This record gives sequence, structure tokens and C-alpha cells, in this order.
Amino acid sequence: MNAIYILWLRQVKRYFRSKSRIIGSLGQPFLFLVALSFGLGPIFQKAGGGNYMEFLAPGVIAMGILFTALFSGIEIIWDKQFGFLKETLVAPVTRIEIMIGRTLGGATISMIQGIIVLIIAAFIGFTFSYTDAVVTLAFMFLVAIIFTALGTAIASMLEDMQGFQLIMNFLVMPIFFFSGALFPLNDLPESLRLVTKFNPLSYGVDGLRGALVGSSNYGIGFDFMILAITSAVLLLIGGYLFSKIEI
Amino acid sequence: MPEESAIIKVVNLTKKFGDLEAVREISFEVERGSIFAFLGPNGAGKTTTIKMLTTLLKPTSGQILINGFNPLTQQDEVRRSFGIVFQDPSLDDELTAKENMEFHSVLYSIPASLKKHRIEELLKFTELWERKDDLVKNFSGGMRRRLEIARGLLHHPKILFLDEPTLGLDPQTRNHIWAYIKNLNQKEKITVFFTTHYIAEAEQSAGKVAIIDHGQIIERGTPEEIIAQAKAASLEDAFIAFTGKEIREEAADSKETMRSNRRAWRHR
Repeated sequence: MNAIYILWLRQVKRYFRSKSRIIGSLGQPFLFLVALSFGLGPIFQKAGGGNYMEFLAPGVIAMGILFTALFSGIEIIWDKQFGFLKETLVAPVTRIEIMIGRTLGGATISMIQGIIVLIIAAFIGFTFSYTDAVVTLAFMFLVAIIFTALGTAIASMLEDMQGFQLIMNFLVMPIFFFSGALFPLNDLPESLRLVTKFNPLSYGVDGLRGALVGSSNYGIGFDFMILAITSAVLLLIGGYLFSKIEI
Repeated sequence: MPEESAIIKVVNLTKKFGDLEAVREISFEVERGSIFAFLGPNGAGKTTTIKMLTTLLKPTSGQILINGFNPLTQQDEVRRSFGIVFQDPSLDDELTAKENMEFHSVLYSIPASLKKHRIEELLKFTELWERKDDLVKNFSGGMRRRLEIARGLLHHPKILFLDEPTLGLDPQTRNHIWAYIKNLNQKEKITVFFTTHYIAEAEQSAGKVAIIDHGQIIERGTPEEIIAQAKAASLEDAFIAFTGKEIREEAADSKETMRSNRRAWRHR
């Protein structure tokens, strides 16, 4: 129990100490919010889509969480060779404790990142018409857990950072683009719609939209269930692969 | 339980990675309270052996006893018995020296009543107490090594594993670190098991030496015995006599690339 806490604490401390990283990683969501909401907003409105900022903000919040969570998982590749991971692997604690501590730590900083994006969005003109703080945090947490666990699973299998670009372009960006974060999914061609149905982030974006502006496609109960099941499955897979790491 | 004289016992230890036999049926013992040097050219099987002794890798076959415990079945007891300084750094750069120590004490469940005192004692011993609240990323290579040694001692291990503890350090710092290690060995009776490429360090410090090559132990004994057997002038000459002059090309694996990237990154 103490080991889980200390590993969680370590990641939170590291997050707050690297101010440049926080600011750096907020640049992208900020740019998306400003460029897209002012750029595409009027067209979206004319096409009868309603207020684009309301539509976009939950998507960009989900994006902020997705990126932070995946990277905190993928950091393990680096950590295997040059970091604290080795120190924890020879300590008298179980691998499962290490995995849980790291994942909770990664999920916590990803949620903080999501909350900061939410605050930024509010400054640029995002108005929450319907806000349930508890439900919002619950969705943020689930999205954060899912992608930290996914990052952990990937990192456990990779030897070095060379596959990183591959992961970015063929996994992270598609997950983001086909999640409904930027545009509505209803009018997509059938094949792409199928892709979005298998994308866990779709349910995260939808759930956040439900919690923040009160409009959701699938219903937040359904979103919640899908996300909870996905996070349980990914935690198991990530935990299994992590326990197999040999350094 | 009467204490056995051998604190590390290895019998017919083998590790295969696919077809490659990294370690082939090696057997040796390390006496309690001694300083033991494990020498060998690149890729000879040193690090693989240390990883098996420290529960990081599972042997393909053979037996290991660490302080009387079996790494396969008594993992936690084994882990509490040793401290380790890895070849690559394993400190958290974004934390202070003291925080790194505190994290270690939590991972090893050191009671809070002992923790504070021990951390202070060890940081003073390694002359890092003044810098205890500085982030490790601002530390020099020698300071990091000293901190890693201090951290490895925090849970009062019986054995200290050092995998190339002085790699990349200047002669002054190397001397300094060896002075600590010897002092520790004499005062606290801690068994020291180390690998190094600086053969002179082994000649000066080690009571017993084993030379491993191609996964097998080819020579064992005190430095004097090995020198006498090779009819050489120094342990380094004896080492070359036994392992040949040929340069070992380790396959440039991803770890090497990461290591050099890391160095470039740090010395920006």
C-alpha cells in the first residue's frame, strides 16, 4: 500500500516540478481551441451544428488527457534503462503494486492536465451549460486510466524509443481524430463509423460532452459502462505485460 | 541458524536467450564479509549473472543462494539482503537526494523511527548531506554514484552489488568511491560483489577474483594467485593473457544507442 502511494506521489511531484513540460503540453490544446473554434466555429454554426466551442471543448479536454496519459505510460521505455524503474524492480514490492502506483500517478497528472484545459477553454469562451463536477471527473479518470494502461502495455513490449513515431501516427492521432472530438460522427461513412465505435476515446468524449454540456450520443450511462470495462481489460493486459518486463 | 561462511552460492547456473547461452553452468561462492571482483570482457555474461543474483532475471537452470535464500522462491528475503548500484543510473533526477532516499526507505518498509536517522547518517557518510535538498539532476557523476551507494545501504543489506560502479568517473572520484567501499566492508562487514573494466581496481581491492568469458568462469582465486598462474606482472596482464587480445564487439543494441543519446542529452 505504501509502495503504491509513494510511486503515485513521485509522479505527481515530478509533474509539478517540470513547469516547462506543463506549459509545453498545454500549447497544443490551446492552439486547437483557438484556431478551430474561431476558424471553423462560424461554418459549424451556419451548417446548423450549434455552438462549436461547446462541441469542441470536451473533445480537446479528452485530447489533453489522452496525450498526457499515453506518454506517462510510454515513459517506462526510458525508465527501464535510465530511471527509477530498476530501483523499484529490485525492491521487495510486487510488480502489481508498481504498476498500480505508476498508473494511478499517470492518471492523476492526466486528470490535472484535463482540468487545466477545461479552465483555459472557459477563458476563451467555453460556457458549460450543464455541469456535473463528479460525473466530469469520473469520465476524466476513466479516460486517463485507459490510456495510461495502454501506454504501459505498449512500453512493456518495446525496447527503445524508435517505435515512438509509429505509435504517434498510427495509434494516438487516429484515436484522437476518430473519437468525435473535432466533428460529429453521425455523418461519417459506415466503415469509419465502425472504427469510431471501437475507439474507447469516442465514449470518453461523448461522456465528457454529456457531463459538461448535457448532450451525448450514446447516453452517459452507456459511455460509463464501456469505459469502465475497457479500463479493467487494459489494466489487466498492461499489468500482465508489465509483470513480464525483463531488463 | 548458524551463519554459513558463503553468503553467495551459485551452482551450475545457466541462462539462455533463445539459442544464445549467455551464462554456461557457472559455479562459485563468495565468502561472507569479503570483497569479490567479477571480471570479464564485454558481453562475457557479467551483467546477466548479476541480474540473476538480484532477482531481475530467472535462470534457465542451476541454483542460487543469496544469504541463505532462494531468489526464485524467497524473492523478498533475497531483495532485502542486498543493495545494488546498477551500471546505468537509477536515481530519479527530478527528485532531491533526500527524496530519493525517502522513496527507497518506503519501498523497503524501513520504520519511520529509523528512517530519518539512517538517511542523515548515510548522506553524511557519502558527504552529500549539504546537498540533500538539491535536485539530483544538478549532481555530478561522482555525486550520483555516491548517492546510489548511500541509497543501496539504507536498508542495511548484507551484500552490496556494484555493476561497474566507477564507469566514466575520473581517477580522483574513483579513488574516493573505493575508499568508501573498503571502509564499509571493514567497518560493517558488508560483502561487496563488483564488476569493473578497471582491472587495477580489482587488484587493489578484491580479496577474490573470478574471470568470466564466453559465459564460463575461466579463472578463480586471489589476485596474487591469478597473477602467478599467468606468470604476469599485474592482474591486468593476467586478465589479457586469459581472455585473449581480441577486441569484443558487442552487438550495437538499442541500449547502447540509448546510452549514447542520453550522454549527448545530458551534456547539452
